[in-house]
Amino acid sequence: MTTITVSVNGKAVTRDISDNTLLSDFLREDLRLTGTHVGCDTSQCGACVVHVDGTAVKSCTALAVSLDGANVTTVEGVSTGGDLHPMQRAFNDNHGLQCGFCTPGMIMAGIDIVNRYQAEGKTLTEDAIRAELEGNICRCTGYHNIVRSIEDAAAEMAGMSKAAE
Amino acid sequence: MYDTNYHKPSSVADAVSALSGAEDGKVLAGGQTLLPTMKQHLAAPSDLVDIRAIPGMVGVDDDGDALTIGAATTHAEVAADPTVNAKLPGLAKLAGGIGDPAVRHMGTIGGSVANNDPAADYPAAVLGLGATVITSKREIAADDFFEGMFTTALEDDEIITAIRFPLASKAAYAKFPNPASRYAMAGVFVAESGGSVRVAVTGAGADGVFRHEGMENALSGQFSESALDYTDVDAGDMLSDLHGDGAYRANLVKVMAKRAVAKAG
Ligand SMILES: Cc1cc2nc3c(=O)[nH]c(=O)nc-3n(C[C@H](O)[C@H](O)[C@H](O)COP(=O)(O)OP(=O)(O)OC[C@H]3O[C@@H](n4cnc5c(N)ncnc54)[C@H](O)[C@@H]3O)c2cc1C
Ligand code: FES
Ligand code: FES
Repeated sequence: MTTITVSVNGKAVTRDISDNTLLSDFLREDLRLTGTHVGCDTSQCGACVVHVDGTAVKSCTALAVSLDGANVTTVEGVSTGGDLHPMQRAFNDNHGLQCGFCTPGMIMAGIDIVNRYQAEGKTLTEDAIRAELEGNICRCTGYHNIVRSIEDAAAEMAGMSKAAE
Repeated sequence: MYDTNYHKPSSVADAVSALSGAEDGKVLAGGQTLLPTMKQHLAAPSDLVDIRAIPGMVGVDDDGDALTIGAATTHAEVAADPTVNAKLPGLAKLAGGIGDPAVRHMGTIGGSVANNDPAADYPAAVLGLGATVITSKREIAADDFFEGMFTTALEDDEIITAIRFPLASKAAYAKFPNPASRYAMAGVFVAESGGSVRVAVTGAGADGVFRHEGMENALSGQFSESALDYTDVDAGDMLSDLHGDGAYRANLVKVMAKRAVAKAG
């Protein structure tokens, strides 16, 4: 057992965990944050993607014990107050989900993609979105509306970061 | 996953003693190969020694003749690094083509090279550029490092600390990814410097990454795609599995070699 303190969605949490606890299990079992889904548990589907210190990682392939002191953001942490994040809103508006199992991972991956492209000043084309979604599998939608959702959210997030300047 | 004891040393010396003091210790870097393997019970290390908090393990150093990349530098960091993009763009592109973004945010160059998966990308660059693997004990030339699938010259308590890549006048990598896993079905790294050419092939060889002498000689004579027309890739030396048989992979190797030459310009 090791004691770790992690900031999850902006709140510091301290827990005793066994050293082999995966971040996905820590979030779902210890913290009851079940928005993060485990689809494959073999590092391939991306349903479990969360942000660690601002970048997307597969929470089923990270040890919680290694994240002492880190900032973790899950899909539960991206809305502000009662307002959905633009990425969440875009998935809703564009019918970017059917069963919704892949959606938390898609949203977290989508936000990461847009943040990275905007930070580097690169344009996010449809082809780029499809390539960036390499590690996120959806069995329902055929991806088309997911790509459209991310395109829409990217436009809105660009507006937000301009307004903030 | 079986239980394990996690260590996060802050120096190479402490990491080495944690490894040698453990019953069955293993280095943990990005965990993108080791954790899935542990989950499948294919590995059950008693101790994990995480090297990511050791100062100096992350980053790129340019001494004018070579780039030295810290072992815990992630694929995403190498892909985005301005020095790597300016001096060895072929290496940056290779790193940016590994797996998917989340894997690239965690996976490290040292982990990939230590693991020596026969379908991994980095081993082709390390061998193709004639890099040097720097460890907690010594320096190992790429030609002596890779010893066949998942096997390297590393000893049990030896840790890769960095990899030194000599600059090349031309260098590029082309891979045909397996459409499901993104690992290489065939990946070829070509590098030319001072008139001599090295060609390293990953993904295709029956015994892991290897150099192809025939293509090296042909390209040393003339660095062009057509120089490869009359070189032979022996299907008998290739991996044959459900993803592709030996003859298919032998052909892919030649096609990837030509694409790499075209990219290298
Ligand atoms: C979905 C998915 C897709 C992938 N696609 C690709 C791909 O297209 N191409 C590709 O090349 N790879 C691919 N990978 C593998 C990925 O690149 C891994 O990151 C890499 O193989 C291992 O690096 P790591 O830092 O994660 O190492 P770990 O998983 O932490 O360690 C791997 C092994 O190396 C040892 N080790 C780690 N660091 C050191 C060190 N510094 N010194 C000594 N030993 C060390 C460990 O003990 C362990 O045995 C993929 C992985 C996943 C999950
Ligand atoms: S559950 Fe983590 S990648 Fe599928
Ligand atoms: S909406 Fe069902 S898996 Fe994507």
